[in-house]
Amino acid sequence: MTMNRRKFLATSGVWGGVLLMPRIALAADTIKLGSVLDQSGPFDAYGKPMYKALQLAVGKINEGGGLLGRKIEVISYDTQSDMALYTQYGQQLTRQDRVDVVHGGILSASREAIRQTMRKTKTLYFYNVLYEGGVCDRNIFINGVTPSQQVEALVPYAMGQSGKKVYILAADYNYGQITAKWIQKYVADNDGETVSVDFFPLDVSDFGSTITKIQSVGPDLVIAPLVGGAHLSFFRQWAAAGMKTRIPLASTTMGVGNEHKVLTPEEGNGIMVAYNYSQELDTPENNAFRNAWADRFDGDQSMHEIAVSQYHGIMTWAAGVRKAGSLERDAIITALETGISIDGPGGKVTVDPKTHHAILDVHIMEIENQGMKLIETLPQRQPTDTQAVCDLQANPDDNTQYEIKT
Amino acid sequence: MDLFFVIFVEILYGIASLALISIGLAVVFGMMKVINLAHGEFMMLGGYATITAVNLGINVFVAMLIIAPLLVGVIGLLVERLVIRHLYGRLVDTMLATWGLSLFFIGIVTMIFGNTTTSITTPIRGFAVGNYQINGYNFFIIFMACLLLIAIYAVLKITRLGLIARGTMQSADIAASLGYNSDHIYMVTFFCGASLTGLAGAIFAPLVGLVPTSGSAYMAEAFITVVAGGPSLIIGLLSGATAFGAINQIVTFTSSAVLGEVAILVAAVIILRLIPKGITSRFFKGKM
Repeated sequence: MTMNRRKFLATSGVWGGVLLMPRIALAADTIKLGSVLDQSGPFDAYGKPMYKALQLAVGKINEGGGLLGRKIEVISYDTQSDMALYTQYGQQLTRQDRVDVVHGGILSASREAIRQTMRKTKTLYFYNVLYEGGVCDRNIFINGVTPSQQVEALVPYAMGQSGKKVYILAADYNYGQITAKWIQKYVADNDGETVSVDFFPLDVSDFGSTITKIQSVGPDLVIAPLVGGAHLSFFRQWAAAGMKTRIPLASTTMGVGNEHKVLTPEEGNGIMVAYNYSQELDTPENNAFRNAWADRFDGDQSMHEIAVSQYHGIMTWAAGVRKAGSLERDAIITALETGISIDGPGGKVTVDPKTHHAILDVHIMEIENQGMKLIETLPQRQPTDTQAVCDLQANPDDNTQYEIKT
Repeated sequence: MDLFFVIFVEILYGIASLALISIGLAVVFGMMKVINLAHGEFMMLGGYATITAVNLGINVFVAMLIIAPLLVGVIGLLVERLVIRHLYGRLVDTMLATWGLSLFFIGIVTMIFGNTTTSITTPIRGFAVGNYQINGYNFFIIFMACLLLIAIYAVLKITRLGLIARGTMQSADIAASLGYNSDHIYMVTFFCGASLTGLAGAIFAPLVGLVPTSGSAYMAEAFITVVAGGPSLIIGLLSGATAFGAINQIVTFTSSAVLGEVAILVAAVIILRLIPKGITSRFFKGKM
């Protein structure tokens, strides 16, 4: 047989088409869920369990027959704690992989790096992390606790345990900057005084002179929204300097990545926190969740606040898809805006139609022997900080992150 | 009064930690004129050696003071024999080669330990000075820095080995013509430099969390200290560390940690503008 160019092109075209066909058929069959998380680097304490939570949630949905009769396929990228990679993988997920939904982003900086890409490409985006509040964007759903749910509850309790003078140590990027302002507001609302605010870049790990400075100011309470592996050194050095017994410590982030399991009991005991989830919650949902997690990951028990948020986020999305009966973005948004609720390991989580944030339980807790001891449960708190500035029903084209006025 | 004492200790601690970070570099760069861009990675290796040994149940001080310096010293020895000895006198080539080595070490450690933060608990408790609490480990760092500086001074000044090493560094040809094998002396010096760096990394390991890329955080500070210090090994190191350590701690205390880091760089620019060859090229001339 002689082969000329035309023949070659014709045959290879046909064979190429045949080879590609099953892939196209397969692609139409599955629902693509995109994930961008820091699964390595200084933020992997947050990201690794979040990815496990994603696998668990997707596995559970697929075992139950999938969504709309189709299985979910996860397309995941590890952003290695590098903000530049978020922009790159965000583009890749939306333009090349053309996923149906994206769950991901950990630090607020990473969320802001990909949020506009998601909006422009009309890719539904879920950010499932505790954060500083105020994001108002119809394309995004957020189910982590915001300052009005967390800080507003934590500050009066912590001040009641200590006193009126508060010293703030915060991570130096949008989360820490904005959260520090919220803390100052709630301290003032409770007749307290913020004596000083210090910010630390995410790679600072020597807090020696800061600890001396805190002592020379002499506050009654230190509140520390510190983030990542390097900042964990603060809690060690604070304990090593013997400050644990002198000035009480509260944090809006400590324990979110199971830091209290990395620190020794002596280093962690007594730190005051407020979150939606703790492993010690004794509810049927949480016990079932922990067992399912252990079964799937060989007895592992690394679930934490934002891993559970991730689980809630995927379950909420799935409920939205089921209700919409479609994978079309606007149909899912409309379905979610009916105020869908799910019951997860962190209790009942309801979508707030006005802000696309979540209404959920918050627990005030104290670190005790590498666990979280429950002090008080505040049921079904509203994200009032964001509700005060954001109304997506009245103003669906809004695309702002509102910050607290000072 | 307590406050002044506590701030004074913090400043001493700042100086001591800079001296510790730079001591190995001062030996390798100051004496042998080898620019070791893998200096930070030698520190990181010392840290990982300590943490691994402690996790295997070895006493933390044994791990820190014996295992880490020996291990990193041996790695340094291999590096010197395999790479650096072929490149003596070729400044740019050594930079390139050691930069490659630093990437190699980061890669290897990432493969073994993963790109994740590891740490151990600080072994010394804090104690009270008047109304203030001090981190007890600060004193250990100050003590170790003093001890090492005195030891290096003693070795170089008193022992015959030190004399030969100094002679070789001044003029390798003449030392060789007097019957000393300069190749061996370079080897031993590099081993000592690497061990000291490993020891420094080990000492800092309990204070901070380690990731495979931790080394790069130390690089800038170490080079600035050694370069600003100038030609004298010990006085140069001490004067560089004193200048930057004190400036850093005072600025950090009066404003913030970020400005403290900025102040070091500003001070370095000013010092090198005024005295381009380093502090000891003008003051304490001819001292060791």
